[in-house]
Amino acid sequence: MTREEIYGKLNEVFQDVFDDEDITVNDATVASDVDGWDSLEHINLIVAVERCFGIKFTMGETTGLKNVGEMVDKIIAHLG
Amino acid sequence: MKQLEYPYDSDYILRKKKAIRRELLAREGIRYIDKRIAILGGSTTSDIKLILELFLLNYGIRPEFYESEYNQYYEDAVFGNPELEEFKPDLVFVHTTTRNIANYPAVTDSPEQIDALLDETMARFEQIWKSLSEKYKCTVIQNNFEQPYYRLLGNSDFTNIHGRLNFINRLNERFCQYAQSHQNFFINDINYVSAVYGIKKWADPGDWYRYKYALSVSAIPDFAFNLARIIKAVYGRNKKAFALDMDNTLWGGIVGDDGPENIRIGHEDAESELYTEFQQYIKAHKDLGILLTVASKNDEENALAGLARPDSTLKQDDFLIIKANWDNKDINIAKTAQEINIGADSFVFVDDNPVERALVEQQIPGISVPEVGAPETYIDVIDSNGYFEVTGISEEDIKRGGMYKANMERAKASASFDNYDEYLKSLEMKAEIKPFAPVYMARIAELTNKSNQFNLTTKRCSQAEIENFASDPSYITLYGRLEDKFGDNGVVAVTFGHAEGDVFHIDLWLMSCRVLKRGMEFAMMDELINEAKSRNITKIKGYYYPTAKNKMVRDFYELQGFTKINETEEGDSTWELDLGQPHKSGNVAIKVN
Repeated sequence: MTREEIYGKLNEVFQDVFDDEDITVNDATVASDVDGWDSLEHINLIVAVERCFGIKFTMGETTGLKNVGEMVDKIIAHLG
Repeated sequence: MKQLEYPYDSDYILRKKKAIRRELLAREGIRYIDKRIAILGGSTTSDIKLILELFLLNYGIRPEFYESEYNQYYEDAVFGNPELEEFKPDLVFVHTTTRNIANYPAVTDSPEQIDALLDETMARFEQIWKSLSEKYKCTVIQNNFEQPYYRLLGNSDFTNIHGRLNFINRLNERFCQYAQSHQNFFINDINYVSAVYGIKKWADPGDWYRYKYALSVSAIPDFAFNLARIIKAVYGRNKKAFALDMDNTLWGGIVGDDGPENIRIGHEDAESELYTEFQQYIKAHKDLGILLTVASKNDEENALAGLARPDSTLKQDDFLIIKANWDNKDINIAKTAQEINIGADSFVFVDDNPVERALVEQQIPGISVPEVGAPETYIDVIDSNGYFEVTGISEEDIKRGGMYKANMERAKASASFDNYDEYLKSLEMKAEIKPFAPVYMARIAELTNKSNQFNLTTKRCSQAEIENFASDPSYITLYGRLEDKFGDNGVVAVTFGHAEGDVFHIDLWLMSCRVLKRGMEFAMMDELINEAKSRNITKIKGYYYPTAKNKMVRDFYELQGFTKINETEEGDSTWELDLGQPHKSGNVAIKVN
C-alpha cells in the first residue's frame, strides 16, 4: 500500500472517529489541529486505525507519536 | 437499529459511535424512559459509558450518567460524594474487574490465611453494596470477575487454593450467593462474556497500562451490550412473545410439499437433530412466561400435521395461537397481538426467509427480527440478543401462558351471555386489594414498566422505588389481585399516590389489559377512597398524561365520577373528586378482600 493509499483510508478513519466529513490529515497534522482529538479520543483513533489496517501497534509505538506522519510510518512498518 | 443487534460489528460501533448516536437521537416517535445511571469505576470507563448509551438508546432508555473519578468506586460508594448524592441515581453500576483485587494468595499462605483473604476481599465489596443500597435505595449492578490471562500454577491454578483462578472462582461463587439472597442486585457476568470473547484478547495488558482500561477497547461493545441487556430487563423492556415460522425454521423441509412424514425433525439424521435442539430451546421459553405463537404460510391442516408428529418436541398446545394461512405475516402477527392483548412490538419474529423478515420488520415498528442465518446458528443469534433477559423468575412468569389461555376461554364464555353484568357475575370474581406487600414488589415494578395502555401517567418505577413508596407514611399504595372461576390472574392493578395536607394526589394508576371490562378499576377506586377517608383526606386529584398508547383511559376519571379542573394544550388533564360528596361504586361483580 502506498503512502497515498494509506492516507485515503486514514482520512476516512479520522472522519468517522471525529464525526466530521471535512477532515483531511497530512504528515504535519498534530492533535491540536483536529477538533476533539484529546487523550480519550486518541484511544479510539488508535483502535480504529489498528482495525482498519489489520495491525496491532505495540504499546511503545502509540505513546510517543509526534504527528500523523509518524503514525503513517508505523503503519507502513507493520504492513511490511 | 440493526447495527446494534447481534451479530453486530464491534469495530463499526467503536469507529462510528458519534454518527450512530446522532442517528439514534434523530429517530421519531420513540417513547423513551429517562434513567440516571451512576458508573463507579475501578478502571477507565469513558468509552464504556458512550457505547452503553448507544445500546440503551436503542432499547428506548435515555440515560443520564454520573461517572466516578478514576478508580474512586470504593470511596464514592462507602464515604459518599455530594455530587453523586445530588445526582440521585436510579441505578448504580460498579465496574470492577480482576485488576481491582488488591491481594491474591501467596504460594506460602496457609489455607486459613487464604480464607481470611477471601473474607476480607468479599467484605470490602459487601460494604460497597450495603452502603449503596442504604444511601440510594436503587438497583445495583456489579461485575463479577473475569479469569486471569496467565496461570502461574498451570492447570493447578484451577484446583490449588493458591491459584489466582481458584481464588477468583471462589470470589465469583460468593458474589453469586450474595445476588441470590439480595433483591435489586444483579451480576454483570463478565466471566462469561470474556470467555466468549477470548480471555487473552480481553485482558490486553497494552490497553491497561496505556489507558487503564481493564478490558481491551475492542471488547467494549460486547461488554456494554451485555450490561445494557440487564438494564433494559430491569426497566421492563424485554420482549414477551415469539412469532415463529414453521417450514425450515421449526423443522427441515416444507410440510405442505414434502408431507409431514418427510420433514426433518426428531433424531433420525443430523438435520433432524439440529431442529430438535432448536425446538427444545424454544419450548424452554414457555416456563419463563414467554408466549409461543406461529405465523406460517401454510394450510392449517398441514401445519398441525407437522406438530402432530410423535417426535416433534413442540406440540400444538405449546402454542397460544397458531396462524397458518396465506395472509402476509405482519397481518397475522398484528392479529395475534390483538387477540392476546400485547403490543406487536413485543414479539420476536423468527423466520429463515430474509424476504419475510424484511417485510415484518418494515411493517411492524419496534418488533425484533433476528438475522438467524443458517439453522445451526438460530439458537446463538436469538440467545445472544438477550430478548428475554431474566432478572428473576416470578410465579407470574411460570403461570403466564396458562393465564392467557384462561382469558381466551373467558372470551368464549362471554359470547353465551346477553347481559354483560350477568356474565361478570358468572365469573365469580374475588379480588385482594391491599397496600404493597413484599412478595409482590417485583411484580408491581414489572407492571409499572410494562403497562402502556391502561396507564394514566405512565410513570416507570424500579423495585427499589416501589419499596420506598410502600414504606413512606405519606403514601397510599394499593395492588389488586383478581381471581375468577377460570383461574388466578395474579396482580393486575396498581395505584399509588401521596398526600399533601388533606389533598391526595394519584401518582400512578394502571391495570393489566388482561382484566379489561371486569370492573376491577372500580373495586380499586372504592378501596382507595376508603383508605383516603380514614386518613382524613377531603379531596383526591387524578392526572391523565396522554401517550401514543393510552387513549383507552382518556375518560377514566370521568367514569370514576371525577370532575375535570384543568387541561393543557398537550392534553394533560387534572381531575378532582370531592370526598364530601357521596360516591357511587361502579363495581358490580367483584367480591373484595
